[in-house]
Amino acid sequence: MAVAVAAGALAEELVTPPGRRRAGGRRRLRLWRGVVLVLAAIYFFVPIYAALRFALEDNLGHFSLAALSAIPHATGFMSAFLLSLRLAAVTMAITLVLVVPTTIFVHLRHPRLLVAFDGISLLPIGIPPIVLIVGVLQVAPSILKGTPYLLSLEYVVLAMPFAYRSLDAGLRAIDLKTLVEASRSLGGNLRSTLWRVILPNLRSALLSAVILTAALVLGEFTMASLDLYSTLPVWVVNTELLTAHISVAVSILSLLLTWVLLLGLSAFDRRQYKRFVAVAEET
Amino acid sequence: MVHEGHERLTSTLDRPFPPRGTDGRAPARGSPRPGRFRPRLRGALGLLPFTAYIAAFLGVPMVAVIVGAFQSPQGAWTLKNFTVAVHAPYSNGFVQSLELALVTSVVPGILGVVLAYAVHTSRGSFLRRAVATASGVFANFGGVPLAFLFISTLGSTGAVTVWLRQLGIALTANWLYSFTGVAVVYMYFQIPLMVLIVTPALNGLRPAWREASANLGAKDWQFWRYVGGPVLAPTVLGSTLLLFGFGLSAYATARALTNGTIPLTPIQIGAVMNGNVIAGQQNVGRALGVGLMVVILLALAVYAVLQRRASRWLSR
Repeated sequence: MAVAVAAGALAEELVTPPGRRRAGGRRRLRLWRGVVLVLAAIYFFVPIYAALRFALEDNLGHFSLAALSAIPHATGFMSAFLLSLRLAAVTMAITLVLVVPTTIFVHLRHPRLLVAFDGISLLPIGIPPIVLIVGVLQVAPSILKGTPYLLSLEYVVLAMPFAYRSLDAGLRAIDLKTLVEASRSLGGNLRSTLWRVILPNLRSALLSAVILTAALVLGEFTMASLDLYSTLPVWVVNTELLTAHISVAVSILSLLLTWVLLLGLSAFDRRQYKRFVAVAEET
Repeated sequence: MVHEGHERLTSTLDRPFPPRGTDGRAPARGSPRPGRFRPRLRGALGLLPFTAYIAAFLGVPMVAVIVGAFQSPQGAWTLKNFTVAVHAPYSNGFVQSLELALVTSVVPGILGVVLAYAVHTSRGSFLRRAVATASGVFANFGGVPLAFLFISTLGSTGAVTVWLRQLGIALTANWLYSFTGVAVVYMYFQIPLMVLIVTPALNGLRPAWREASANLGAKDWQFWRYVGGPVLAPTVLGSTLLLFGFGLSAYATARALTNGTIPLTPIQIGAVMNGNVIAGQQNVGRALGVGLMVVILLALAVYAVLQRRASRWLSR
């Protein structure tokens, strides 16, 4: 759930150019800063190092790739992984179709409702997933209960805060009204306005919404475990007792995967930003 | 439903733009005419798919939980679930959950601000970018993988546990699976989250304010006491409340870490619902859920108010 707010903030951090900062720094400050940064680095990177080491060790403590190469053959891994991927794809599709048009629509036609939407977008954060799934299993019709895609339908709700927030940040960063009016006055109809003007301008916001949705779905444990579906995280927990090395290896891989995706997003965004600056300077 | 929403968007956009006055604003609407509120109705229809979805997949389940919390297993109205929920063992769980949420919101709240400030005042844009990205990753990195990261670090055979033992410091057995251990693990996603939320606010502190206060003879601490602090306070407080909410509702990390041995309310709800406890107590689980929701929604409401207050000075 942390995803939710993080996404909005991250999107803001990535969408907006870095602000002006106070120049100058005193030596005392620099020392203090160094200490803080080093301590933070230790806290955040030592566990990663430890997990990597554990994943690359055999039971006797020697270096070994056995755990990594055993992952694809481990009982139940493939089906759990594929299930998670399918759920992620469905969740992303529903999110895009549902949240993107609504967000654009609210920005364009009902800017006064933005405050209300901010509130609604916070709501899923206020409801613990464990409570939500209890309610869902209570009321869902049996046709939905019989399929894992019920989880996707709920993941859309869990992902909604940050999908909305990234898109909201993206839309606030562009002058939507002017763009739409310019497009209209050049004879563009709605479809070309949407596809050739609005969506390209939202590319990085869309990308961050999609990536963070995927990260959420691939890591979600609470709802999947109560709905008794063996998604990737559920599998990792259940397989731990048999082969701890494999569980840790999968965990560290999923961290690295998220990292690569987000770094890619950030690099992509910077390129966009540079191009934007270049164009602005030319004109 | 979704498709319909799309159509609505089309039709509202396809209307010709009204002629504009010289001041760049649309002229006032003409006198009331028969179809006057059709645009408004149509506008509301555009929001329908989204609203309907949220109502169906968030609203209905929530109502079901709340109604169930007030019913006996036979379906009669009762408050008994709540009386069970406020007694042991559930009361202990609630207290422990609140304590854990408090510790893992206040401490990361402070540390997050310190870290964000350290990064903010550093010159390298690479560091800032790296920290922004890393915070995004770590903040999203809750749950199961996080638990395993720490088991291989501070578990009984973890790398750091072994180092500490070599240095002569022995952690008590199962330290990681205790309250303190879980708190240390929670901070792994709470601190980055705080950094993510606070950084934009720090960027909003204008250098001009600092220069102005320096010109007026203010010392460093006076700037923070009278200008910087009050401007940042709503953001910091609000974000801490948000962390509190996350700490309270987190289930996966604690569950994967402790296998359910620490009595935390979310874990107790999970146990009740899985039928691991006495049968017929499912509605007690719902009552516990209602309790959690009330506390978190209160925290969120205050967060929203504080956030709006913060935007008065920090709007970009």
